[in-house]
Amino acid sequence: MANKIGRVPVREQDPKVRATNFEEVCYGYNAEEAMLEATRCLHCNNPRCVGACPVGIKIPEFIAKVKDGDFTAAASIIAEDSSLPAICGRVCPQETQCEGSCILGIKGESVAIGKLERFVADWSREQGKAPANTAVRPNGRKVAIIGSGPSGLACAADLAKFGYDVTIFEALHRPGGVLEYGIPEFRLPKEKVVAAEIEAVKALGVKIELDVVVGRTVTIDSLMDEEGFEAVFVGSGAGLPRFMGIPGENANGVFSANEFLTRNNLMRAFRDDYLTPIHAGKHCVVVGGGNVAMDAARTALRLGADTTIVYRRTEVELPARKEEVHHAHEEGIEFKMLTNPVEVLTDEKGWVRALRCIRMELGEPDSSGRRSPVPVEGSEFEIPCDTVIMALGTSPNPLIAKTTDGLDTTRSGCLVADESGATTRPGIFAGGDAVTGAATVILAMGAGRKAARGIDEYLKS
Amino acid sequence: MYKIILKEMLTPTICRMVVEAPRLAAAARPGQFLMVRADEKGERIPLTVSDFDAEKGTVTIVTQTVGASTEDIVAFEVGESFADVVGPLGNPSEFVGMTPEDLAANSYIFIAGGVGTAPVYPQAKWLHEHGAKVDVIIGAKTAGLLIYKEEMAAVCDNLHICTDDGSEGFHGMVTALLEKLVADGNKYTRAVAIGPMIMMKFTTLTARKLGLPIIVSLNTLMVDGTGMCGACRVTVAGKTRFACVEGPEFDGYEVDFDEAMCRQGQYRTEEEVAREHHKCKIGRG
Repeated sequence: MANKIGRVPVREQDPKVRATNFEEVCYGYNAEEAMLEATRCLHCNNPRCVGACPVGIKIPEFIAKVKDGDFTAAASIIAEDSSLPAICGRVCPQETQCEGSCILGIKGESVAIGKLERFVADWSREQGKAPANTAVRPNGRKVAIIGSGPSGLACAADLAKFGYDVTIFEALHRPGGVLEYGIPEFRLPKEKVVAAEIEAVKALGVKIELDVVVGRTVTIDSLMDEEGFEAVFVGSGAGLPRFMGIPGENANGVFSANEFLTRNNLMRAFRDDYLTPIHAGKHCVVVGGGNVAMDAARTALRLGADTTIVYRRTEVELPARKEEVHHAHEEGIEFKMLTNPVEVLTDEKGWVRALRCIRMELGEPDSSGRRSPVPVEGSEFEIPCDTVIMALGTSPNPLIAKTTDGLDTTRSGCLVADESGATTRPGIFAGGDAVTGAATVILAMGAGRKAARGIDEYLKS
Repeated sequence: MYKIILKEMLTPTICRMVVEAPRLAAAARPGQFLMVRADEKGERIPLTVSDFDAEKGTVTIVTQTVGASTEDIVAFEVGESFADVVGPLGNPSEFVGMTPEDLAANSYIFIAGGVGTAPVYPQAKWLHEHGAKVDVIIGAKTAGLLIYKEEMAAVCDNLHICTDDGSEGFHGMVTALLEKLVADGNKYTRAVAIGPMIMMKFTTLTARKLGLPIIVSLNTLMVDGTGMCGACRVTVAGKTRFACVEGPEFDGYEVDFDEAMCRQGQYRTEEEVAREHHKCKIGRG
């Protein structure tokens, strides 16, 4: 019988302390806490959590092993479906996926599935116990993966397990894609977690070649025609930052969240011993309401700026994970909801001095079902600030579509791909943000895994 | 990877290096750039590709020391390797896609300022090899800061030198020399200016006055160089464009140079701090 206790709380760094450092916010469960939390699972006959997981992790099965204290077995069960569990346990939007479907959540609190997954992955890594390599004999057939982000890593790991000779081509100088340049250290430690999980993928036989910009350094055609790759998976992400198109947006002190986060995360600008500069200012305004906006705001705060988030809808509509919003509040970030920028005001030297905004109110629901914000006439006001970070989402980098014949794109520039990841050109598959536009780590991983099956079927037929 | 094969100081602050980067060397075209990250803690620094040799698998880079990161790059010696060299980035020059007839019908004048002379070289060389008429102006503050004179002379029809102080060649700025050449009866159909932003701005104004179409190559701030960060955004014909993926070359008439110059100085305070900090650390040994 399931234990009818409340959800076991997870230990976190004190908000006042963590607002000044880049150490991880959440400490995660220890073995005792994890085993106790695991006793809450009802082990439903028809576990809805599994269906709600984009990679279909056998959640009740691994939780049963955690309850018994058999963490090695729990890790093996997770490894069957996820190659990046310590990452997903930290950054998945569990409240809309596994935990959002948990029966316990209807009347009370769902099982802390994400925290349990994280515990198992961390424990396994700290013990130095990599889950058993289930790879079949190598078949010698070469597959190229473009991009070492979540979709590419997931696709590569599965293909390696099927026996393929897999090489990932990464444009940047470190592997990981958004895990490396986008998500900050305090949410996802780079050396301890990201690098370690990528090492685990490499241990399956996957090779990673850095500093290769596909579309510039090589092309998909040169990889297939000259280097013997029989199939290609494009997981190049949604890299190009969007701006609002308002006056003053190119002023000094206005950054895309991508620039701000890349400087801080990939280039380690928050550390004194790294040379890349970063400018957070004294008062920073972040525009947007997604996870990236929360990450940018919490980073600016840690770099010493008083930070305000402006978002044109209300807090209920914020697309960010609840935990991130909660953490941002705790750390002292100001939320100005129903507010939309109309102009960036500058000083005589071309630097930001204020953000001119207009108040909004919610009107009728739009096509996405969300109530669309409407400006309140005559309600403009100024927020004094010296930096503005635009976190408005991204669109796919057109480089690969432009340099590869026969790859169709949608009107928004996303690659066209079917359920198996197959694009409009035989042998080329795609998944993740390059296909869907900006989404989540786990959805990208799910797409990478589907494409791995698609590639396997294509190469076997 | 990325081993330095040759190193040569062209002036006290401008250094030429030949670096192993086989994939990059095979793919590079005139007009493109690359990024160097000297070591684990370094910045990603955009540099122009000054030459490339697909057979030897090498690229030539020319670096001027302007801050802590470029000083680090120049401190590397033959036999040592950079952490990363990535590229080619940006689009090749427009003429790379032109037909032989179009090339033969054009007469180019390149205006090279300071370290901007290095990226002019592969362009002039390519055009010269493909039968176009090419004249080049190289300008510098003083004779000692002129680079690539012999190399350039070998790949163009007429090389013109000017210095601000008159210590070599024409006494005056590149803009005055350009006006003089046109006044002397030289006929050009296209101009290309590469150099400091301020020099490209005034060269564009002169070209406009002369009714000469002009291309400029923008050396904006960049972090990744692949379209991701948007630090390189410039206003061209009233629209925001990314120099890294849509450039680096644009129609000079359409570029908002004043905004571009302002944006270039964005991290100046941080850079000065870094430079001082860096020196302190070097001093500590």
